[in-house]
Amino acid sequence: MDFDLSKKKLTDVNAFLQNIDLKSNQRDFIVKNPSGSHALCAGLQQEINVSIKGHVGYYCAGMNKNASITIDGNVGTGVAENMMSGIVHVKGNASQSAGATGHGGTLIIDGDASSRCGISMKGIDIIVKGSVGHMSAFMAQSGNLVILGDADEFLGDSIYEAKIFCLGRVKSLGADCVEKSMKKSDINSLQKILDAHDIKADASKFKRYGSERKLYNFKIDNVGSY
Amino acid sequence: MCGIVGIYLKNKKHQKDLGKLLTGMMNNMASRGPDSAGFAIYDKSNKYKYSVCLNADLQNQNLSKLLKNKLSAMKLKKVSDHVVIETTTKPEKAIGVLKDIQGLDIVGYGKSIEIFKQVGNPKDVVKKFSLDKFTGSHAIGHTRMATESAITTDGSHPYSTGEDECLVHNGSLSNHNNLRRSLVKNGVEFKSLNDTEVAAGYISNSLKNKNSLKDTLTSGLKDLDGFYTFITGTRNGFAVLRDEIACKPAVIAENSDYVAIASEFQAMAHLPNVNKADIYEPKPGVVYSWGN
Repeated sequence: MDFDLSKKKLTDVNAFLQNIDLKSNQRDFIVKNPSGSHALCAGLQQEINVSIKGHVGYYCAGMNKNASITIDGNVGTGVAENMMSGIVHVKGNASQSAGATGHGGTLIIDGDASSRCGISMKGIDIIVKGSVGHMSAFMAQSGNLVILGDADEFLGDSIYEAKIFCLGRVKSLGADCVEKSMKKSDINSLQKILDAHDIKADASKFKRYGSERKLYNFKIDNVGSY
Repeated sequence: MCGIVGIYLKNKKHQKDLGKLLTGMMNNMASRGPDSAGFAIYDKSNKYKYSVCLNADLQNQNLSKLLKNKLSAMKLKKVSDHVVIETTTKPEKAIGVLKDIQGLDIVGYGKSIEIFKQVGNPKDVVKKFSLDKFTGSHAIGHTRMATESAITTDGSHPYSTGEDECLVHNGSLSNHNNLRRSLVKNGVEFKSLNDTEVAAGYISNSLKNKNSLKDTLTSGLKDLDGFYTFITGTRNGFAVLRDEIACKPAVIAENSDYVAIASEFQAMAHLPNVNKADIYEPKPGVVYSWGN
């Protein structure tokens, strides 16, 4: 089913996609002419596939649960923010705060992500095939930020228990973020993430970064919560 | 919030449509700044152009009569409550003449720039000034959601503090009062209490001291404390600068015909072939410039 945003209201398209009639067999949708609209495909809850043809504005695919959303273009601030599950795939570049506070699911960005990618992430996996801007993974609590390109200044500032894997150059690390040893279990878990999304890269070539645990009161008893 | 937009035409074939392209950009940014709006259009001329805003009393008077024998080879273009005075008289003399007229406010001058700004919803403001009819090489616009200074024409962007120079700003500065005081000591004049006017004065003062635009903006990173995405216009082009935290948005679309910048992609969605343009975010603390 196709929606043309030059003819249909954004709120109507969002409302339709948020309230899919599961008795119908319709699971695949195309959205045309997004023209930078904000909050497109926010709050989707069903296992549906949405393909957006063009550039979108802020908070695209925010709070996503179960849906698989592909954006054939660039995205504005906060793509897939607070995502719970599902897959969001950006074929262009992403603006700041991509995947912010995401609890689960996977966000894949084929291009670059700008500042604060994965800020306060809480369990999401974010894979950036290009580079990330400054202060990425700021206060990141859980999940994996996988960067195939480079990272700008203050990577992982004030990080909690999220893991950062970077293949390229890191300009600088933020407070309490240190390079960690790449254990066999890390290589295996990273390779699993890469293989699951058909990304041809050798996990053993990545460097891992995480918290030195000096900035916050880490309790080993609670490690299972992360 | 506030919305900022700019377009620099690399291909001259679009020059006749400059006003139309900027109108769409301003309209699409009206939601970011409904209080007032303004724009600067650059269209090179052999004469000097003085853009002035007239108060209600002066609008009913015959301006050409008031200026008779004071400015040479004068031509007036009235657009809403603004008038563009074209003359061969140089700024050293002309500015003094214009300042003597009560109720007349110079909003910009130079051999290329024309500035128009007014309070009200940007969609109404661009209609009042018939922005879609303007032609030129590049243009900058602003839609304002007022924060620290009043909703007046004086408080509206763009701010012009030097010949063919102007500045629009999304953000806020925290050290503008100190900086204003030191610039005033160096002879820079300000009309409002607005923070952006101080940044414009800072840039003009530095350019006057023979610093390049790139060096000026790089020094600005140190001297201007606050949040900002700036677009600063000059006779030949414009430059973009974001502060090093970069929480104020900006997106650039560039192809062989033009380079456009805006607070949101929405502002550029109507530009020709924009979907095939190279679209990226300017990096924090890096000066980008075109045509300078």
